[in-house]
Amino acid sequence: MAHDTTHDGEHSGAKKRIWQVFIILSILTIVEVVFGIFKPDFLVHTDLVSLSLLNWIFIILTIIKAYYIVWAFMHMEHEAASLRRVVVWTGVFLICYLVAILLIEGSYIQEIYENGYITWDF
Amino acid sequence: MEATTVAKTGTEGKLWGGGDEKPLKASYGKLMMWFFITSDALTFSGFLAAYGFTRFKFIEEWPIADEVFNHFPFLHGVDAPMYYVALMTFILIFSSVTMVLAVDAGHQMNKNKVVTYMALTILGGIVFLGSQAWEWSNFISGEYGAVETRSGKIIQFADADGNRVAIDDFATASPKDRTQHLSKNGIWYNSESSYNPLSLEDVKKGFEANPDLRVRTMQLTDEGEKTVLNREESLVTLNDTGVGVIQGANLSQNEYGAPLFGGFFFFITGFHGFHVLSGVLILIIIFFNVLIGTYEKRGSYEMVEKVGLYWHFVDLVWVFVFTFFYLV
Repeated sequence: MAHDTTHDGEHSGAKKRIWQVFIILSILTIVEVVFGIFKPDFLVHTDLVSLSLLNWIFIILTIIKAYYIVWAFMHMEHEAASLRRVVVWTGVFLICYLVAILLIEGSYIQEIYENGYITWDF
Repeated sequence: MEATTVAKTGTEGKLWGGGDEKPLKASYGKLMMWFFITSDALTFSGFLAAYGFTRFKFIEEWPIADEVFNHFPFLHGVDAPMYYVALMTFILIFSSVTMVLAVDAGHQMNKNKVVTYMALTILGGIVFLGSQAWEWSNFISGEYGAVETRSGKIIQFADADGNRVAIDDFATASPKDRTQHLSKNGIWYNSESSYNPLSLEDVKKGFEANPDLRVRTMQLTDEGEKTVLNREESLVTLNDTGVGVIQGANLSQNEYGAPLFGGFFFFITGFHGFHVLSGVLILIIIFFNVLIGTYEKRGSYEMVEKVGLYWHFVDLVWVFVFTFFYLV
């Protein structure tokens, strides 16, 4: 009997966590959509490390959402620390590297298009 | 045993000696699912990074997402940016919630609840796929049309206030030599509806007849809006550089801007949609297995958990596609 009650308690905790995460994800999405529709001038025109504040907000909110999906919905929080690191570190390091290389290369080509001796819009 | 030639490392029983413990304390199936998810995540990052590369390359002339994706079902001609994708995002997040509830019910060996929640998840997946098909059909059919220039750029049309004007509104197709194919000439019942697309000459004529019209180039201003030329520049640009009319989008050109914009849209949302489709199919298979009691007999609903991992991953990818395609 005692065992049953503890099990029930654990279970309602898991359920509570699911709905809590759902609410967090919904709020974050709504915030993103509201920013996306109104695009406050101040955020659009203030740059931080060659990206507007608005885009930083979008990217950070997205990463927070990703964290909640992986940790709560995919039960990463209950896995062994080693499994967590194997999956997350691999992804994060490789993606950061790839994105950095490609974006730097992309802006370099844009610069060539803009300042080169050949016009691309004739 | 001592006489055996197999060298011992002295670490038997320890994790790195291949002891009895499961590696990373996860079951074989779940571990393999994580392997798959990690590699698939890298594939999607490759696509999105390539999208970022192309966008940075054309940073001054990339299409504005709010102008491209501004449709909402039953609201024709109403400018409704974001709402539809936001709805799609909610559908997918909610199907993720029902999935995790199904996994949770599986932990308690509650078959009926697993069945209910999995059915809801499948429903959510199907609704999402339908929404994506609608989004694609809007993207492919286009709304305003545009003219391609000889350097492969796109010019669109606006009135004197800068509001978009569709080329159908000011240009009328002139009669052309093309004969309509009738069923009496066909081998079988083949026939076609009359087909008389606008030609560049029609657009030029219509443009000259309406002094209100202006050309809108791909170039973004400092305010992040498209540049609208004045009347004289507009006429010169259209008459000197126009090479053809574009309506809607296909794999090689689109009326929204850079040709690669359409390519990436089709490829990335298509690849994601294909994942959703396979997710729905796998969910249906597992759903029937649950119904006939396979996992009840097995004594564990871990299979539901594994397909759940995949389903959440699909949701995770969508969160990123949503940000990089529609928001940023």
